[in-house]
Amino acid sequence: MLVTGVARQLSGRFVRRIQRDPEVDRVIGVDAVPPDHHLGDADFVRADIRRPAIARVLAEHRVDTVVHMAVTGTPLGTGGSRTSVKETNVIGTMQLLGACQKSPTVQRLVVKSSTSVYGSAPRDPAVFTETTPPKSLPSGGFAKDAVEVEGYVRGFARRRPDVAVCVLRFANILGPCADSPLADYFSLPVLPTVFGYDPRLQFVHEDDVIDVLRIASHDPRRGTMNSGTFNVAGDGVLTLSQCSRRLGRPTVPVLLPAVTWVGSALRTVGVTDFSPEQIRLLTHGRVVRTVQMRETLGFDPRYTTAEAFSDFADSRGGGLLPPEALARTVDRLSTLVSKERI
Amino acid sequence: MTPKEPKAGPGGGGGWDRRIAGGLAFLRRRLTGDYEVDEFGYDEELTDKVLMSMIRPLYEKYFRVEVKGIENIPSEGGALIVANHSGTLPLDGLMLQAAVHDNHPAGRNLRLLAADLVFMLPVVNELARKAGHTLACAEDAEELLRRGEVVGVMPEGFKGIGKPFGERYKLQRFGRGGFVSTALRAGAPIVPCSIVGAEEIYPMIGNARTLARVLGIPYFPITPTFPWLGPLGAVPLPTKWTIQFGEPIPTEGYPAEAAEDPMLMFNLTDQVREQIQHTLYKLLVQRRSVFF
Repeated sequence: MLVTGVARQLSGRFVRRIQRDPEVDRVIGVDAVPPDHHLGDADFVRADIRRPAIARVLAEHRVDTVVHMAVTGTPLGTGGSRTSVKETNVIGTMQLLGACQKSPTVQRLVVKSSTSVYGSAPRDPAVFTETTPPKSLPSGGFAKDAVEVEGYVRGFARRRPDVAVCVLRFANILGPCADSPLADYFSLPVLPTVFGYDPRLQFVHEDDVIDVLRIASHDPRRGTMNSGTFNVAGDGVLTLSQCSRRLGRPTVPVLLPAVTWVGSALRTVGVTDFSPEQIRLLTHGRVVRTVQMRETLGFDPRYTTAEAFSDFADSRGGGLLPPEALARTVDRLSTLVSKERI
Repeated sequence: MTPKEPKAGPGGGGGWDRRIAGGLAFLRRRLTGDYEVDEFGYDEELTDKVLMSMIRPLYEKYFRVEVKGIENIPSEGGALIVANHSGTLPLDGLMLQAAVHDNHPAGRNLRLLAADLVFMLPVVNELARKAGHTLACAEDAEELLRRGEVVGVMPEGFKGIGKPFGERYKLQRFGRGGFVSTALRAGAPIVPCSIVGAEEIYPMIGNARTLARVLGIPYFPITPTFPWLGPLGAVPLPTKWTIQFGEPIPTEGYPAEAAEDPMLMFNLTDQVREQIQHTLYKLLVQRRSVFF
């Protein structure tokens, strides 16, 4: 089995976990930079998936399963630019798929995608299914990369019908060690929001991401099918206002015309990545249906959206207005009132 | 924290205690984010406790809405309420929601389908989602009906709400009858609904088309008072309203491919439209005056 993008925390965790599965003989981790975390018994091969050398790695190790996780929104560490991320996402996927197409041993391909391929617009239906066409295609950034990556993957699936292809569209991934732009956003002391909009958000827990990737990379269990495209998200939704209250971080509403300006100002000082697609998500929100994930893929997430969020919130420490303190204040007020009445 | 048992003390003191305790419990849940919204963003608690109390004075005191035939809305399972649309501003939708919310014995809540403009406007979109409204598209409507919700739709859309005063109570075209095929696919009955009184709240005597185009809205109303009196002109006239729910039209028993049959769709659409129009005329004849 070959896993790309292993220098990331999440991929590293997946590599460490998948080795313990009995079906897996060997795991080869690939990335352009060596990972900081250990990969267990997995072999690390330093290779840039943007170069044709990746085909040699596939042939040399007689890889049968490829898990493509190097589709990401942000550069790793500091110093990486958006251009290089885009190149890794798009050119890297093209090279990897080209290599897979030539390889006679590859039988299974799993691609980590994102629900951001649906975009977020006021004219979209409230809940997206796997087949909903987006009203306005993402115009740039990671969402566009993901759309293009999925396009290449569909082309590959047509050319190699013998390879089982599974595309997993993950909702926003949260958990104790999440390093996504949204996790950075929720770590700000005050949350800038778009005035007059309260987006619905959906989260999926890191542990569930690892589990669903394992289901997708093995042979399907009885009565399930693990090739195709699946939305992966925890049950239920949280609105941004609920998130901020549960985190105990106050919000600062910003008027929509000023949002891009504030966003770029924050990005310049390096606080967090406020890409236009991130702003659109935080304006209109996005919710997906997960019936396919449950019924076809046979995966039941352990964490609901709210549970994934509270696990994340616990790992981030209290905000300026901790919900417990607010609850205590209200309780004190109510005892005061009832005493007065008696 | 559990609310205390109500005590019928002298002067209703127990009632007040209970209300304060209930209010504080509500405040506590809101402040800590400990409440639920559904996938469409519907916040049941906020709608029941806050939003409905905000429009109730308008519903009870200002328009004095009279509701007839509420028993035509089934107590359980999905149903599609199809109503006429009028009044320049979609107050009729809100009144319809309040009518179902406050009068239905099973305490059902209406899930309105709203135009995309609603979801583009700041504040409005937020409140609409929390009150349980969603975008008028087949996907959302079908999903809600399948979940057994009562869904409200006004198929005339902007044609109905933005029609001139001279055409009051004349139903406009009902789109392409998309609502019928949605109801058919979900197997939900269609409840026709006629609203009298909304047409006269803002008598639209003109439409500033150029201004509307510049502002990106479907019409810019000119009434005897708006925009001449400024914000004061935006106060609706205190008309007396009647909302009548008609006999439900069942959609079960059609074959699966019926939803794609255009002839059947047009026939059913016409049946619903005729019934609403007929009831409108009947209510208008019964009405003593616009304001009383």
